[in-house]
Amino acid sequence: MLKIDNVTKQYRLGQIGGTTMRDELQRLSARLHGREDPTRRIGARTYEKNETFMALKGVSLEVKKGERVGIIGHNGAGKSTLLKLISRVTGPTSGTISLNGRVASMLEVGTGFHGELTGRENIYMNGAILGMTKKEIDSKIEQIIDFSEVRQFIDTPVKRYSSGMYVKLAFSVAAHLDSEIMIMDEVLAVGDLAFQKKCLDKMNDVSRQQGRTILYVSHNMNTIRQLCDRVVVLDKGLVVFDGDVEEGIGVYMGAMRKFDFHYEYPDMFHTNRYAIGGIRIQELFVLNTDKTVFETGDTLNLKLKYSAEREFEKVLFRFVITINGVTHVGTILSEDSVRIRPGEDRYLNFSLSLNHLMNGHFRFDIIAFHFNNFGREQVIDGVYPGFFIDIQNRLNEDCPIVWLPQYWSFVQLEKAKILES
Amino acid sequence: MEQQFKTVITSKRKVFDLHIRETFRYRDLIFLFVKRDFTAMYKQTILGPAWAIVQPLLTTVVFTIIFGSLAKLTTADVAGNFEIPGFLFYMAGNICWAYFSGTLQATSNTFLANANTMGKVYYPRLVSPVATSISHLISFGIQLVMFFVIWLVYLLIGRTSIQVTPALLLIPLLVLQMIVLSTGFGIIISSITTKYRDLAMLVGFGLQLWHYACPVAYGLQLVPEKYLTLYMLNPVTPIITTFRYAVFGFGYFHLGYYLLSWAMSLVIFFIGLVLFSRIERNFMDTI
Repeated sequence: MLKIDNVTKQYRLGQIGGTTMRDELQRLSARLHGREDPTRRIGARTYEKNETFMALKGVSLEVKKGERVGIIGHNGAGKSTLLKLISRVTGPTSGTISLNGRVASMLEVGTGFHGELTGRENIYMNGAILGMTKKEIDSKIEQIIDFSEVRQFIDTPVKRYSSGMYVKLAFSVAAHLDSEIMIMDEVLAVGDLAFQKKCLDKMNDVSRQQGRTILYVSHNMNTIRQLCDRVVVLDKGLVVFDGDVEEGIGVYMGAMRKFDFHYEYPDMFHTNRYAIGGIRIQELFVLNTDKTVFETGDTLNLKLKYSAEREFEKVLFRFVITINGVTHVGTILSEDSVRIRPGEDRYLNFSLSLNHLMNGHFRFDIIAFHFNNFGREQVIDGVYPGFFIDIQNRLNEDCPIVWLPQYWSFVQLEKAKILES
Repeated sequence: MEQQFKTVITSKRKVFDLHIRETFRYRDLIFLFVKRDFTAMYKQTILGPAWAIVQPLLTTVVFTIIFGSLAKLTTADVAGNFEIPGFLFYMAGNICWAYFSGTLQATSNTFLANANTMGKVYYPRLVSPVATSISHLISFGIQLVMFFVIWLVYLLIGRTSIQVTPALLLIPLLVLQMIVLSTGFGIIISSITTKYRDLAMLVGFGLQLWHYACPVAYGLQLVPEKYLTLYMLNPVTPIITTFRYAVFGFGYFHLGYYLLSWAMSLVIFFIGLVLFSRIERNFMDTI
């Protein structure tokens, strides 16, 4: 159905294009005279002529008819590049992509929409750009309009549409395409939740009933779970995993960093620009060696290695808990301050109660701070991220049900008391 | 068992890989692009498509006054005692030139103007210049009808040297040549502008200068005999003179120059196609 064979894509680094013939001539003459490039911006890094960036470093994939493949990976992993190659927006540097049937690519919603045209005209326009013939659109236009929920405005120019209506209309066209392969890049991230669900259901339907192949790129793992039956994880231009959905998501999340008993913090971890320095957090040991997955209510014992250049009277610590550094969950402060004297290889022990944290994979950032002479809080040093732990909630009196963080968030607050009246 | 694939995307490029068949399959898209251009152009205007007539009409009036009445430039392509209505003379040149320059300018902008769409979806890239060229052809068609209405009026009133001759049959051929030449030039420029934007600047300005090198505002008689060969090397010149020859029934027609102009048009078109097909695969990376 779709076979990708050792495909690479190379981009040139530095400025390409946007250059004028005059610049090129100046550059040429400078090169001939052995002078420095006069068109180069002062301070700009010079890129060698053959300095390149490999967005894809040899990707091979085989997708069968009717498969719904989710493609996940960090920004810059090559997901979008791969989709662009398959949809023929740009060509590969080497390798072959072979496929059967039409490809409908939705790298963006509403490609080719023109503000002056009415909704109906734009359906034809967009459909034709995506490869439908007029006859096909004629036979589907009623379905498309119904699906889009904008029938009332269908003969109004789309420049007067709200952005939601615009997206709904655009997606409806794409969803009704008769193409054998559908490519979607994060397009469902728009529109309201109800419509998103409707889109996913529609995609599921067409794939199951008509055997369409779907390639779907998203950072939203929930939509991946709902839609896909196979996951491909890309990392730095290579396929690092190909197979089961949950496993793939695990690999992707794991690539973000997983639990460990020992963490070291080289320079790249100390990213706080406002940190005043003087203390350097160097290493961390998790002393609970009996488990890798914690339970709500456990106590986490940590040993922190640091060095200090000067003395601090009263240093406090805080542990900022997030999900992947994006969703903030809570913060744990140290109970008392500690006096830090200069020296190498010093240690501090912490004991953290995991009382209120429920199911999840949490990231802890460790920040040392104090109050300066004017009483202002100052960060001395911080490591981002500090460590990661997985917590599962135990079924007990404290929490008699399985906690569903996607609906209830990650923290269980104090229980409510039922008062008989 | 080796599976058979209909579409194979590789890094290798053929010199001449134009997707003509595929472009034809997208003819509905071409039609829609044409319609979009038209709708978008005349939306929220009072006169609407009448603008297609107003423009050449006003230009011709101005030409008739300035070049005819004030500058008194000759309107004769060949020596002889002919009575040519200046208005018709200028209009003939104007509508041809308007089509040529309009199409060239619009197709030369193909990649830049459509970068947004082309960066997201694949369709045969040739669809865009073809559609542009057709939408200009429609304007030209309207203008041609207007021209022939006025022409008929002059013919019925009489007192001119206009004759109806079999040369009128040359007109479809001339139109075809204009399409080939202007689109050819346009796609060459569009291919180069993906890297050098200068050319886009040059087009508008260059076309103005080119206008003077064509016998639109004056008759061919104005050109000194010794420069005539050089002058006729401009592929647009034989088109305009032959067009006037066809509609007036007399004038300048030189088979040699005419064929040369055709040859040049075809060569330019061919170069354009090759360049275009080379650029279209990867232009998104450099634009």
